[in-house]
Amino acid sequence: MKFKTLATAAIASVMAASPVLADLVFPSLSYRTGPYAAGGIPFADGYADYFTLLNERDGGIGGIEVRVPECETAYNTEKGVECYESTKGDGALLYQPLSTGITYQLIPKVSEDKIPLHTMGYGRTSAANGKVFEWVFNYPANYWNGASHAVNHVLDLNDGDISGKKIALVYHNSAYGKEPIRTLEELSAKHGFEFTPVAVDHPGQEQKSQWLQIRRERPDYVFMWGWGVMNQVAVQEAANIRYPMENFIGIWWSGSENDVLPASDSATGFKALTFHNVGSDFPVFDDIQEHVVDKGLAAGAGDQIGTVLYNRGLYAAMLAAEAARKAQEIHGTAEITPEMMRDGMEALEITEARMGELGMPNFGPSFNVTCDNHGGPGLGAVQQWDAATGKWSLISEFGPSDAEVINALIEEDSGAYAAENNLTPRDCN
Amino acid sequence: MFYREAGDFKTTYAADAQTFPISFDRWRYYLVVGVAFLIVPLFLTEYMASAVLIPFLIWSIIAIGLNILTGYCGQVSLGTGGFMAVGAYAAYKIMTAFPDLNIFFVVILGGVVTAIVGLLFGLPSLRIKGFYLAVATLAAQFFLVWLFNRVAWFYNYSASGQISAPERSVFGYAVTGPAAHASSKYLFCLVLAFLLAWVARNLTRGRLGRSWMAIRDMDIAAEIIGVNPLRAKLSAFAVSSFFVGVGGALFFTVYLGAVEVGEAFGIQKSFLALFMIIIGGLGSIFGSFAGAAFIVLMPVLLKNIMVGGFGWPTDIAAHFEFIILGGLIIIFLIAEPHGLAALWRTAKEKLRLWPFPH
Repeated sequence: MKFKTLATAAIASVMAASPVLADLVFPSLSYRTGPYAAGGIPFADGYADYFTLLNERDGGIGGIEVRVPECETAYNTEKGVECYESTKGDGALLYQPLSTGITYQLIPKVSEDKIPLHTMGYGRTSAANGKVFEWVFNYPANYWNGASHAVNHVLDLNDGDISGKKIALVYHNSAYGKEPIRTLEELSAKHGFEFTPVAVDHPGQEQKSQWLQIRRERPDYVFMWGWGVMNQVAVQEAANIRYPMENFIGIWWSGSENDVLPASDSATGFKALTFHNVGSDFPVFDDIQEHVVDKGLAAGAGDQIGTVLYNRGLYAAMLAAEAARKAQEIHGTAEITPEMMRDGMEALEITEARMGELGMPNFGPSFNVTCDNHGGPGLGAVQQWDAATGKWSLISEFGPSDAEVINALIEEDSGAYAAENNLTPRDCN
Repeated sequence: MFYREAGDFKTTYAADAQTFPISFDRWRYYLVVGVAFLIVPLFLTEYMASAVLIPFLIWSIIAIGLNILTGYCGQVSLGTGGFMAVGAYAAYKIMTAFPDLNIFFVVILGGVVTAIVGLLFGLPSLRIKGFYLAVATLAAQFFLVWLFNRVAWFYNYSASGQISAPERSVFGYAVTGPAAHASSKYLFCLVLAFLLAWVARNLTRGRLGRSWMAIRDMDIAAEIIGVNPLRAKLSAFAVSSFFVGVGGALFFTVYLGAVEVGEAFGIQKSFLALFMIIIGGLGSIFGSFAGAAFIVLMPVLLKNIMVGGFGWPTDIAAHFEFIILGGLIIIFLIAEPHGLAALWRTAKEKLRLWPFPH
């Protein structure tokens, strides 16, 4: 008990010492340690570097400097809560936890505290329904879009007929991995393919039995909802059983360099979905080199620039910065509050021309967010790995997903959430 | 000079048998309880509550529970995480099935359900001991987590397999759900922690506790002097699981609000609870609090010093946290293998002799 009071006093003094500045604060709940660090590090680096670039090159957003306090979550929900509580008093404008588990924790909390939450390509899919989830955004694409993109890709390969084909889903046995199952079941009924889910438990280092099952059942295609070390192991195991890599399709969280490099040559042909472009062949990377790297301000070790997940962090930061700019425009003040930030996100419009101005032409699809659609258009593409050149390349255009199936599911799931929590959906007209 | 039995005359048997026979100890205890109940809620920030005090209180309850089983009755358990999950899922099912039931009873019922499950998994303890029992309880851990992941009924068929706590209140103050105020959550946990610690302390001083300790010290001798091992072991499993179940229910409803079983109640939670009682002191209620404080508060304190105070990068700080925490555990265990509670006892002995040590 004495110890507790001592610790309390010490923490209180430390907390009191941190100064409050009039900056735009974008906390980064990152994870640079633990079994998911391989994915967390590049994303956090990209997120931080983009804001550093804005500070160095443009003096922040609308003349106000951006601050990105980092907090280590280790992909752990308890630490995530601690990070959220410790940063929210700082004037945090937006949270991006990069973890579906932490997202589920934060959805009720941010709605109460009125701070927007952006879960880009992860989190609770039905948050796309802005009428129910006022404070949560998951544009430009979500898991159910991803599931549909994967099926669409398979449809393309088979000239539109996949009835009787077998598709297996290797998934992380958590809220994250279970997300696409409903959609894939619906799609399997619609297109007549046979669907088998295969669960892999956290952290996924041991997958022998799962791949034995796949070897025995010989599905025509294998989809994967994996993260962290699970991806590398899955790609390696697929190579071990000589599963044809071009029939193995990962979600966008299973398609980074970290996932395919350990399997070296045998990973060639592995496909993954994506909702933004790959590589570092964009003008913005020259600016990052000049204003961030050369000045020694790069986040982390600075060795991740141009990797898939770095680009995703960069893209997330770009969307956040654009939303902040939009908010400043709407409310006519540079010092925006979280409420204003939310208005900016809801009115966000990403056009081809704007992306060009930002030095990221064709980096992602153009889209806009509306009051009732917080999920954007859900466009996605397929990328493929080539071990010889060590590069991912897009092999399809950014295409739409099966809106009919997905919208019905979103309506249903968000309706269930509203009923559970006694929420009345807002009126968006 | 003031820490003495001398001059503190006990005139009744009740006064003679009280928990804190030394008046200084007693007043210190009243002070701590008074501060915890009356002063802390006034100065409680949301961060202090959610990141520090609430997890501390909940882990204290769980540590007391495990301490009853392992510290007092000598049965090693690695199933704590699984039993926490039982408490949490029982609370979830009860709270969604009976929305009008007060959350206090939901949490207690969660504990009762866990006690029944614990009783079931305690049955092997009648035949096996030591490491073998640890492995049997390990099976409980994996089985329970698998069960809650596998059977959709437990999470009301939600798409993601997550369970989330709806808002419930006590005397009109919300204690679960996002709108709950930090102080009301804290007080709710504190009341339960206080009550359960009080119950545990008195149980262990009574006939039941003595029969547990007799079994722990030597089960054959205990049997010969008339302790029924079946009743002693199973009651230890039931009481311990009740505590752990209440802790698990609070962990889900008040602390996290939404959990997914594999992540929140995995094997690492079982180890965490075991570390708490080993560091805190086996067979001590104070030790359970001290161990929980050490394991819960240390990382937060270190993080705030290294990241908040020194401005170190978060990953370096996270790695140093492991090093420092591990180092401290080793140092503590070398300096005092019987845990923080034993250190505390030694300190009290010294105080008693001061200023004339021999």
